Amino acid sequence: MHNAQLGYAMNAEKQYIELYEQCREMIDLHSTAVLNSRREQAFADFCQLGLPTQKLERYKYTNVAESFAPNYGLNLRHIDIPVNPYEVFRCDVPNLSTSLYFVVNDRFYNKILPKASLPEGVLVMSLAEAATKHPELVEGRYGRLARSSKDGLNALNTMYCQDGLFVYVPRNTVVERPLQIINILRADVDLMVNRRVLIVVEDGAEVKLLFCDHAIDDRSFLATQVSEVYVGENAHLELYELEETHVRSHRFSNMYVDQQRSSTATIDSITLHNGLTRNRTDVTLSGEYAETRMFGCVIADKQQHVDNNTLIDHRVPNCQSMELYKYVLDGEALGAFAGRVLVREGAQKTTSQETNANLVATDTARMYTQPMLEIYADDVKCSHGSTVGQLNEQALFYMRQRGIPLDEARMLLKFAFAGEVLDSIRMEPLRDRLHYLVEKRFRGELSKCEGCKLCK
Amino acid sequence: MKRMEENKDNIIIKEIADKKYEYGFTTDVKTDIIEKGLSEDVVRLISEKKGEPEWLLDFRLKAFRYWQTLKEPTWGHLDMPKIDYQDISYYADPTAQKGQGAGGKGQEIDPELMKTFDKLGIPLEERMALSGMAVDAVMDSVSVKTTFRERLKEKGIIFCSITEAVREHPDLVRQYLGSVVPYRDNFFAALNSAVFSDGSFVYIPKGIRCPMELSTYFRINARGTGQFERTLIVADDDSYVSYLEGCTAPMRDENQLHAAIVEIVVMDGAEVKYSTVQNWYPGDKDGKGGVLNLVTKRGHLRGRNSRLSWTQVETGSAITWKYPSCVLSGDGSQAEFYSVALTNNYQQADTGTKMIHLGKNTKSTIISKGISAGRSQNAYRGLVRVGKNADGARNYSSCDSLLLGDKCGAHTFPYMDVQNPTAVVEHEATTSKISEDQLFYCNQRGIPLEDAVGLIVNGYAKDVLNKLPMEFAAEAQKLLGVSLEGAVG
Repeated sequence: MHNAQLGYAMNAEKQYIELYEQCREMIDLHSTAVLNSRREQAFADFCQLGLPTQKLERYKYTNVAESFAPNYGLNLRHIDIPVNPYEVFRCDVPNLSTSLYFVVNDRFYNKILPKASLPEGVLVMSLAEAATKHPELVEGRYGRLARSSKDGLNALNTMYCQDGLFVYVPRNTVVERPLQIINILRADVDLMVNRRVLIVVEDGAEVKLLFCDHAIDDRSFLATQVSEVYVGENAHLELYELEETHVRSHRFSNMYVDQQRSSTATIDSITLHNGLTRNRTDVTLSGEYAETRMFGCVIADKQQHVDNNTLIDHRVPNCQSMELYKYVLDGEALGAFAGRVLVREGAQKTTSQETNANLVATDTARMYTQPMLEIYADDVKCSHGSTVGQLNEQALFYMRQRGIPLDEARMLLKFAFAGEVLDSIRMEPLRDRLHYLVEKRFRGELSKCEGCKLCK
Repeated sequence: MKRMEENKDNIIIKEIADKKYEYGFTTDVKTDIIEKGLSEDVVRLISEKKGEPEWLLDFRLKAFRYWQTLKEPTWGHLDMPKIDYQDISYYADPTAQKGQGAGGKGQEIDPELMKTFDKLGIPLEERMALSGMAVDAVMDSVSVKTTFRERLKEKGIIFCSITEAVREHPDLVRQYLGSVVPYRDNFFAALNSAVFSDGSFVYIPKGIRCPMELSTYFRINARGTGQFERTLIVADDDSYVSYLEGCTAPMRDENQLHAAIVEIVVMDGAEVKYSTVQNWYPGDKDGKGGVLNLVTKRGHLRGRNSRLSWTQVETGSAITWKYPSCVLSGDGSQAEFYSVALTNNYQQADTGTKMIHLGKNTKSTIISKGISAGRSQNAYRGLVRVGKNADGARNYSSCDSLLLGDKCGAHTFPYMDVQNPTAVVEHEATTSKISEDQLFYCNQRGIPLEDAVGLIVNGYAKDVLNKLPMEFAAEAQKLLGVSLEGAVG
């Protein structure tokens, strides 16, 4: 059994190493200098690290090799996918006056762009294009937070990624209108996608970002996404991630956030529909008085697998962080949450709070939770709490007594449970829309085809 | 009136605070120490010295062969010095001079040994001993004496060293040894299973309430040795026992290894209380020397409505790495874990518990209080697992950490794994420093800083100290004071 698994992992790694060796030039050809310049180092790192195994503390709950073992196609030649997302796709979050952009698989879609103009100097564009046109903005930042030597998945992504998204907000610029980026997985074969995201919010700038992940073909997808987010002094970032893919989609996202003095960052990740999701979010507080708020809401059933792994690294004094993750698990779903708060020596006056609450609704669902505190400074206030339980019997009884059927009563309670996370969303239309979507999700009415016109 | 009491307390704490590690002396007694090193021959030699039957030797050899295939684990939040397993002597017998090896029991005890235990506050003469407590005194690899055996025997209770138990009650030992902690459990369990020397064996028959506290006192004396004790407690249906464990070691510059196994079996309706006050030599102010305390402790709650509670006060050892655990397989069984872990200077602790819920309607409580001072690192690590069939399982965990000083660390790593929809599992943890308000309040009323800290720490640990038997509670309280010495101001 063990050996079989080992063999599995070896093969999974081998195919990526061999493919890279064969296609090196082709990968370079369809990308750009800055991205190409990091590949060899990443390749060396990947050969050494391999895919993360479950023996690594941070990958304890997800079998990476299993997801990477099947033979996926890669669109390394950059073959155009004939699709106009603006026509075929309608996201589930309408009426939100956003500037709407699309990333199809790993490529930024730039044939049609939204008409709304952005404030001067703000860039939302293809990462490869940005690296060519504005190398000074990309060069020093690309790969600085997401080191390929630290995580096998970073290395793999760096080896293969050819494009992705670049967002730049210059100093003291406020982008009023939220930027909505829709990641679409679209293919006629089983596909692996390696996407890269670089977000730079300069000092005093402000921006809201909404990422929606969708898969519009009934194919198996494996997506790796590595994001690096730089938040400057006094800058404010709100970042929402909404995943609504399907059971054949595997998502591995590594996000690294660096916050400077007095900045605030809100990171909200909501998983409504998926196959296997693994989100790693590392936030480093490198300037004093910075504040981080992290939220997560997971609704999973069938055999869905959602693993959120976070690290908040308090490097300097006087910072604040709070974290709230809620899971509702049904069917044979597996949920995992591991959140580590690290308060380094000298990071006095840190305030940190971490909460993880989970509902396990069936005896086949399974929840792992692991809230961790690692503290090397004494003048701090840190706490964490974690619960796993079920719906309150008394509340159910109360509602039934008043004529609400059991199923409905359960639904109401689940909805209220998840509501706490949704209420943290500051974008009001999004919040309302999510309440609606979550309700539909619980009722089992949310289908993956909702927003897609492809097969209609 | 209350104030007077407080004053008295303060004086006591003050007195204690001025003392150093008071158990750091060595006893000059002729000790039979075998050659350093670990090999199959050494395992055979230990077995031979103890006059063991064939099956036990087999058990040891199997464990040893398995151990050889293992690597030392590194996942703890610890900076472990390299242990050279070939540079340790695995058997040291201080009774060799008078008695005939381990068989010297019942014969006259070397007066030096008597004096040692007297000095440690563990008188081995029954008339002098505290009534209500039977003691098994273990020095290095050998049990020196077990008191009150006859009186316990009247009730059918077996309380003796494990070496004797192997000789006199082989069926019982064979049935239970390794049944809770198999030799394949982990690196140190395998090592212990191969070379274990003495420890206590307790058997409480059906329906018997043990009339006195049973206690084992472990003492490391000889240089260059390690202690590998093995304790086995079996509580048969509807019985009750309270068991205490104490330990000290001399001050030495080298690290000494202590890798023990404690196994507890609890049957239908039985209750076991296991309390530890661990005060191994913690090393000096600069982190030199000290005992490496790497212990596997586990209780198996086999019976319906069985109960087990672990209470530990950890103040000693350079490194403490242990997780007293409970496997709750009997329906309706209940387990508790109360812990105070105090680290000072360069001490490191990675300790906590595991609660494995398998039976229906099982309940567990975890209360852990960590106190770190100086440059120490103190981690709580715990696992709560609720199996598929453990309907109605309930767990509550609370882990608080207190930081005294800005160079120390306090960490919490709880793991929860829930597979049953009817389970309720809660965990909460806080980390903070000592409250300025409370200190100010005490200072204002004329209580000096160091005393005030002592008071507050004792109050903070009270939830756990209250769970200790009387004699131990007083000792533990004093100990907290001693270990904190120099941590403030």
